Amino acid sequence: MKPIYAVYNAGQAVMCGCGVTTGGLPSTAEKMKCFSRYLPYLFRPPTTILSSTCHTEADIISTVEFNPSGELLATGDKGGRVVVFQREQETKSQPQRRGEYNVYSTFQSHEPEFDYLKSLEIEEKINKIRWLPQQNAAYFLLSTNDKTVKLWKISERDRRPDGYNLKDEDGLIRDPSTITSLRVPVLQPTDLMVEASARRVFSNAHTYHINSISVNSDLQTYISTDDLRVNLWNLEITDQSFNIVDIKPSNMEDLTEVITAAEFHPQQCNTFAYSSSRGSIRLCDMRKQALCDTHCKFFEEPEDPSTRSFFSEIISSISDIKFSHSGRFLMTRDYLTVKVWDLNMENKPIETYQVHDYLRGKLCSLYENDCIFDKFECVWNGSDSVIMTGSYNNFFRMFDRNTKRDVTLEASRENSKPRAVLKPRKVCMGGKRRKDEVTVDSLDFSKKILHSTWHPQENIIAVAASNNLYIFQDKVA
Amino acid sequence: MFPKGTKRKFSDSGDEPPAGSEGVNQPSSAAVRMLSSYSLQRQSLLDMSLIKLQLCHMLVEPNLCRSVLIANTVRQIQEEMTQDGTWQIMTQALSAANAAAQCSADRLVATEVLCRQTEAAQGEATPRPLPTVGSDGSSAEELVVVEEEEEERVEEGVSTLSPQPPTSYLPSTFGMDPCWEEETDEDEDEDSEECASGSEEGDNDRLVEDSRTAEQVFGTFEIKNPAPSPDPALEELFSDVDASYYDLDTVLTGMQSAPKMGPYDLLESLSSHGPSPLSSSTSCRSDLNELDHIMEIIVGS
Repeated sequence: MKPIYAVYNAGQAVMCGCGVTTGGLPSTAEKMKCFSRYLPYLFRPPTTILSSTCHTEADIISTVEFNPSGELLATGDKGGRVVVFQREQETKSQPQRRGEYNVYSTFQSHEPEFDYLKSLEIEEKINKIRWLPQQNAAYFLLSTNDKTVKLWKISERDRRPDGYNLKDEDGLIRDPSTITSLRVPVLQPTDLMVEASARRVFSNAHTYHINSISVNSDLQTYISTDDLRVNLWNLEITDQSFNIVDIKPSNMEDLTEVITAAEFHPQQCNTFAYSSSRGSIRLCDMRKQALCDTHCKFFEEPEDPSTRSFFSEIISSISDIKFSHSGRFLMTRDYLTVKVWDLNMENKPIETYQVHDYLRGKLCSLYENDCIFDKFECVWNGSDSVIMTGSYNNFFRMFDRNTKRDVTLEASRENSKPRAVLKPRKVCMGGKRRKDEVTVDSLDFSKKILHSTWHPQENIIAVAASNNLYIFQDKVA
Repeated sequence: MFPKGTKRKFSDSGDEPPAGSEGVNQPSSAAVRMLSSYSLQRQSLLDMSLIKLQLCHMLVEPNLCRSVLIANTVRQIQEEMTQDGTWQIMTQALSAANAAAQCSADRLVATEVLCRQTEAAQGEATPRPLPTVGSDGSSAEELVVVEEEEEERVEEGVSTLSPQPPTSYLPSTFGMDPCWEEETDEDEDEDSEECASGSEEGDNDRLVEDSRTAEQVFGTFEIKNPAPSPDPALEELFSDVDASYYDLDTVLTGMQSAPKMGPYDLLESLSSHGPSPLSSSTSCRSDLNELDHIMEIIVGS
């Protein structure tokens, strides 16, 4: 089957997509085989310039998320914009175009604000986007910057009413004396218009910077989390929120730990988990008490004294937390590893994967250039058998939990030929460098993949590399 | 890491085997070298961390998580240095330097202010509002003392701190030198004890002091409305302070037009500890304004 390459770039036509993933999920062995054969799709938000060396800061993608059906893919950027891609439907006339994502809607979600009280800017950067499951013809998503969460409705309009009695074609009011007959307005088809409107604005509930939002499985509530507090909202009510976790000490001198991420359990609407900068995770049950400061479960791996250094705490800080789709496991990402926890076992993770252990010897330099504070995200695939996370040099890593195999891939236009499958990459730690290997010292730490997302059912991933969005799909041989 | 031509005074103390920790045998020269390189690394890590905490972005709120992690690192280094006695060596050296330069407070306030401004004006990237001294006790006073000592350190060309002298305020605010509290009336007894012995209690006290001044670092993330604000040199790290501090004017000119503090507070700090803590404002114009302002307050009450 001919490999396919699709590029969307500032208005150019998109070439066709590939094929075909089977309806069910491929077996594990097939999956790993598939992942080594990727067909790159390269998408850029329409406002960026072609060359990656002169993009504007505002175009840097700051979050990526598939919706629960996988039909839509949303990206948020530093300039406060949200771009939504939609998957092409399979059509008989152009069977090759199936599976390709095209821009569906673009809107400005957040604007920069100025807090006059503190004389500080509030960035418009979109920190997180979370979709609501679709319940009618419209799509809903929550997007947040540092301080405000907004609920956006994205709807299509492909008809317009025509034939008003009181208004003429241009919308001007007609003189009633000129109306001699009545007609019934009819809906005429028009070009498809996709409109986004802000339906709710949830503001003024966070003193610190919001780092996560998570929609509850009851589809009525959601939580927003900042460094010290977790607030529970009802999607319908914007002027009230319940504070359910508050770790702010009465004396700020005692502050040694902050909340870094929080997520609702995918099935249990009363359960949520939050992670801390100290490397611990707390699972809370909202039924126990209104203020969930005391946890039900506390997950922490005891520190290995042999690897202790001044940076131990910093690299143990959890940057992302994700429940598995099954709800049985929890995945956390800290600076060097990804860990999978069984919710029934609190004293240690059941699996630990090294993402880029070759950086362990460079922690001091990474501390100096602040890279050690980078917050990488991690994602599960639809069947919870493979996990993925990003790294530097535009590398991202995938780990198969069953076969224990892992692969490093690169999201780069230069290093993967357009119509070829992705080649696994390797970082060599020193000594002899084989051909095609990358040395640790030549890694580009400005090219980091912090955000990625996985299609809920199929093997399609979207990876954000600064201002570029890469969508990869596996190809069944 | 270190600016050219400055003496690495405090790092040198790390070259000797830390007192009391390795007292058993004569360490071999290799061990000494290893120790000293470790101390050097630790020292440079400390400096780096302090710089990071100081360089806050004035226009956008700094990242609390990052600040907390860096502060924890600093604390950790401090604790370790305290345990192996390096801390004491450093602080004793500092207090000696301080004692030499210490002079009676009130009348020299103005001069000190001016001196500090000049020193501080070098290399300071971001303007800072004029700090006012809050009435919350010894931590503020500690700062006062420390500030002066920081100046001494700068003048001696000690390079443990960043090339930007203003950032030297921060180490003190972590209560790094409880011995400096000898200056304060309240803590005199406690401090002489601390300085004399490296006892566990002393360590604990020191750590308590550390945390107390650490309050300054984190305490300002919230807007403290009624209470007088602690030292804004720290506050500005974390930005949530009274509105008056963060007038846009203040931020831009590095000077506060209407300080929110009672004359009593300022007087108290001035009289007992010498020069008031001052921001490292970049312009001489603001120096003089500040000077006038302080004189006004002193004279006015």
